[in-house]
Amino acid sequence: MKVSEAWLREWVNPSVSTQELVHALTMAGLEVDAVEPAAPEFSGVVVGLIEGVEPHPDAEKLRVCSVTDGMSNFQVVCGAPNAAVGIKIPFAKVGAALPVSPSAGASSEPSMAIKKAKLRGVESFGMLCGASELGLEDTVDGLMILPADAPVGDDVRALLGLDDAVIELDLTPNRGDCLSVMGVAREVGVLTSTRINAPAMPSTPAQIDTVAAVHLRAPAYCPRYVGRVICNVDATAETPLWMREKLRRAGLRSIDAVVDVTNYVMLELGQPLHAFDLDKIAGDIEVRHAQQGEQITLLDDSSVELDADMLVIADATQALAVAGIMGGASSAVSSATQHVLLEAAFFVPQQHAGKARQLGMHTDSSHRFERGVDRLGQERAIERATELLLSITGGEAGPINLADAGQPHTQQHVDLRAARIKRVLGFEMPDVQVNDILSRLDFVPRHIDHGWQIMVPPHRFDIACEADLLEELARIYGYENLPVEPPLAPMTFSLKPESSTRAGIFRQQLVARGYREAITYSFIAPQLHSQFFNDAPGVTLVNPIASDMSVMRTSLLPGLVTAAAYNLSRQQKRLQLFEMGLRFVPQAEGAIKDLDSSLAQTPTLAGLLCGDRLAESWMAKPESNEAPGQKPDPFDFYDIKGDVESLLALTGHPAANAVEFRTIKSGESYPYLHPGQSAVISLAGKVVGLVGLLHPELQRSLDIDHDIWVFELHLNLISEKKVPEFKELSKFPEVRRDLAVIVDQAVLVGDVLACARSAARNELQGLVVFDRYSGEGVGEGMQSIGLGLTWQHPLRTLNDEEVATLTNEVVAALQEQFNASLR
Amino acid sequence: MSESNNPQLEALAAEALAEINAARETVLLDKVRVNYLGKKGSITQLLKALGKLPGDERAAAGAEINRVKQEVQSALEHQRVALENAELAARLASEKIDVSLAGRGRPQGSVHPVTRTIERIQMYFEQVGYAVAEGPEIEDDYHNFEALNIPAHHPARAMHDTFYVSDFIGGASQESEAVASSNDIKYVLRTHTSPVQVRVMENSEPPVRIICPGRVYRCDSDLTHTPMFHQVEGLVVDEHVTFAHLKGVIQSFLKVFFEKDLAVRFRPSYFPFTEPSAEVDIACVMCNGQGCRVCKNTGWLEVMGCGMVHPNVFSHVGYDTEKYTGFAFGMGVERLAMLRYGVNDLRLFFDNDVRFLAQFS
Repeated sequence: MKVSEAWLREWVNPSVSTQELVHALTMAGLEVDAVEPAAPEFSGVVVGLIEGVEPHPDAEKLRVCSVTDGMSNFQVVCGAPNAAVGIKIPFAKVGAALPVSPSAGASSEPSMAIKKAKLRGVESFGMLCGASELGLEDTVDGLMILPADAPVGDDVRALLGLDDAVIELDLTPNRGDCLSVMGVAREVGVLTSTRINAPAMPSTPAQIDTVAAVHLRAPAYCPRYVGRVICNVDATAETPLWMREKLRRAGLRSIDAVVDVTNYVMLELGQPLHAFDLDKIAGDIEVRHAQQGEQITLLDDSSVELDADMLVIADATQALAVAGIMGGASSAVSSATQHVLLEAAFFVPQQHAGKARQLGMHTDSSHRFERGVDRLGQERAIERATELLLSITGGEAGPINLADAGQPHTQQHVDLRAARIKRVLGFEMPDVQVNDILSRLDFVPRHIDHGWQIMVPPHRFDIACEADLLEELARIYGYENLPVEPPLAPMTFSLKPESSTRAGIFRQQLVARGYREAITYSFIAPQLHSQFFNDAPGVTLVNPIASDMSVMRTSLLPGLVTAAAYNLSRQQKRLQLFEMGLRFVPQAEGAIKDLDSSLAQTPTLAGLLCGDRLAESWMAKPESNEAPGQKPDPFDFYDIKGDVESLLALTGHPAANAVEFRTIKSGESYPYLHPGQSAVISLAGKVVGLVGLLHPELQRSLDIDHDIWVFELHLNLISEKKVPEFKELSKFPEVRRDLAVIVDQAVLVGDVLACARSAARNELQGLVVFDRYSGEGVGEGMQSIGLGLTWQHPLRTLNDEEVATLTNEVVAALQEQFNASLR
Repeated sequence: MSESNNPQLEALAAEALAEINAARETVLLDKVRVNYLGKKGSITQLLKALGKLPGDERAAAGAEINRVKQEVQSALEHQRVALENAELAARLASEKIDVSLAGRGRPQGSVHPVTRTIERIQMYFEQVGYAVAEGPEIEDDYHNFEALNIPAHHPARAMHDTFYVSDFIGGASQESEAVASSNDIKYVLRTHTSPVQVRVMENSEPPVRIICPGRVYRCDSDLTHTPMFHQVEGLVVDEHVTFAHLKGVIQSFLKVFFEKDLAVRFRPSYFPFTEPSAEVDIACVMCNGQGCRVCKNTGWLEVMGCGMVHPNVFSHVGYDTEKYTGFAFGMGVERLAMLRYGVNDLRLFFDNDVRFLAQFS
């Protein structure tokens, strides 16, 4: 909310500077976002009176005016269409400085100096100004018309009080009571211990007895409605400049006198008002719930359809306004209006909350009603509006017509226990001080056992419990003055169990292996999702920020691949990326029953490799006979597999065969992976992830011309860690036997190893593949696998015969399972 | 060489010494050794021939030969050491490499600055006894709002531009049809990590000391907002926790985090789940509170929100509001990272440009 400092000081004028005032507000929880000048810098502009207007001899659109500043006459050439004899206007004399780009706020901008000039051969001494040329709001096309009683020759800046600051407050939703000059003044009064000088607001006795009858059909929503008829107004009367200026500084445009008055009172007192054209109302006023689907065309010419939980102000035939949000077009005040009905109502915040939002609207009125206006402030606002309106538009006021649902406006009482002050704020506040602070806030404290009972004033909607009062005490006492106690760490030790791996370990491992951590958005484009996963279901957002960020990722890979593409298009060709985060995998299609069963939110670790195995360097250059750059050495499957193995090694599973990489089976659907160069990873029999090459078709459709290797691991399934268990070391020598077995090329080496391992007795201490070869010498479609077997007995030396027997058992198993032959 | 009355022996010795001096490689020197001192070497032969001498001459002749032999041996040894040293020196010289060339291996990777920042925050709080808690990012309305004292249509909900999740899970391609038209959608992307605090309180009794780091989402995107960002929130519940402790821990944390004895101020604010509530400002770390573009010339930077846990929140999780008090705080990780590392554009965090990421190696 924007508040003019000058207007505020009319209400309360503490002897503090603007800066001190702003600081006090901020430190009391009314955060000041900005302080802007009410108008940009200008000088040398005085009230001028046009005494003569002659056509320009040489230009159709220009006129030659004779202007007085009360002392002398000046000839000024002017292009404004409304230049006329007898009007008073801002006159920038020779030597005046005007803002270059006249917008309030930018105070440091250079100014434009007004000089004597010749326009089409006629001399001009100064410039007659429009409002926007002074950084103010234009209400007419052409020159700004100053009030008829403005003293000729007076400085315009002083006349309009432009040396004012506009204080922009960022109010929190609980402080609806500060959405007015009166509310902020009240707060300033408390903070600076200054008395409030509310302007005199005389009430107007009824001059006529016209009344619009009101029926409260929804008393729970609108328990209080004040109406007043004002007859014979001149709706074309001009809003006085002082009021227009105050509205402008609060950020509102001047519309017409009637609307301006209602807005002015809302800004001043916080009570939104509405004015109807009485002649357009048929019968009594009904404050009722809307009919489901009821239509209304609003003041801004938009048409809305209402829900039955919304409230309307209606007459006998139709809805006239959406209560507390916006008036309707049909009963709007116009220049032809003769009689108006002023409305000031109280809408219960809990009922009103969210209604404007349901209509996709937000108005100054709905903003205040949602946060709560003074429960009893309606008559005061109507009286104030009456007084102002009559003074501008003339007319006769009817009686104030209060419709009150008769529901008791129980004053809210909240108890405050003295002991609780120390329990929560950490210090004892003397009773005198508690009394003082609460009284200054218009709370009425009454001593009870161990504390106070407090009556909450009707303008405060944020005081519902003891904690709210504690905050008020702290706020006025000053948060800065509250005590500080050093943090105390309890001596509890919460070491994670050794059998679990912190996710940070995986991160460190990948970083050590050259990966950079990325963080990508959790929502991706639906097209991208389909490109990866075809029609696999995903969770969608109802209100995405953009259509390409509307599906929750079911995998981290689309995001990582997108990040890779981003970098590839920026000449970063060698990429190692990883990300950790949740993916969101639907467990069943259809309506979400509950979060746990319908949706898996799975902690996941994914990585990506692209480009050359090593960063470009002198070593990566090809050897001897090939020219530089002729021998790229790109990442391959075994690079990324090695990285995955290094991660799984952190789980500390002792048996080498706990980790298995197996080919994707034909029934399994991983459409985004190359079926021949990808593997399903399992750990101790459980599938924990995938690794492989991005499917060439996908790569093509993503317009990426580099191979992309990826892996994705289920973090929870790999976080279990084996606590080491010591085994006695054998003191006896180990014996190695090498075998070269020939098997069909389709046989997986992993299967051969698994077979060998299961056939071998416990004496097998090591098993490695030292060679793999196919081609000349091993037969068409066959491969030779070199196996190194290390044997050792814990208690004695194995002799040659024993070793031969052990080895032969393995050979026999391989022969049986794979029809293997020794090379 | 001492005088001898055996001219033949003297000549042999002179010849041997000359050959030793002339040998320029250890292999050649070895040949010389074999020629004189080997099994069939000439000096060895002389010793073997001693037996043929008459008994009375044998001792003297033997002594002569042995003396020569020792001379030759010592010359050999001397020359061998000299040659070996020279050869080693030559080899070392020939094996010299350019140690300024880069080492082999993959370059070092990097931790994302957001993670790096979370880790630093986490390290502080773990040292003072807080545990880390995590939770779901797709949340139900109850945990994200209701349980935190933000009922439906509360104006405070407007402070959270909430992403709503479709109540219906279908194929991604039909997402637009799948969108429910209901106004009361039950599931949201969490707008803060506070729901994790609720879940922890639902499942454990006080004392509670936790921090909750993680991703949060708000439907807002411009120069200073991304629709996803990170928070670390903290919660302490115990029997004697006051606002003074809250001030103490926040002040201490901020000074440790920025490694600076900076001014910290608390000013009243509003969060539905805390009362009293406060915003925390620090003296601008860019200009030391002098006023600059970053702090909009105020000298202060808003970095955290905090407050005493609202009794309604305790009621929702069944904590005794008479027995326990608590405080909670929350901070935006990207903001702290930007201030700490001088990053000037929020969106850089999620572009994942490796040239940006590499700066945090």
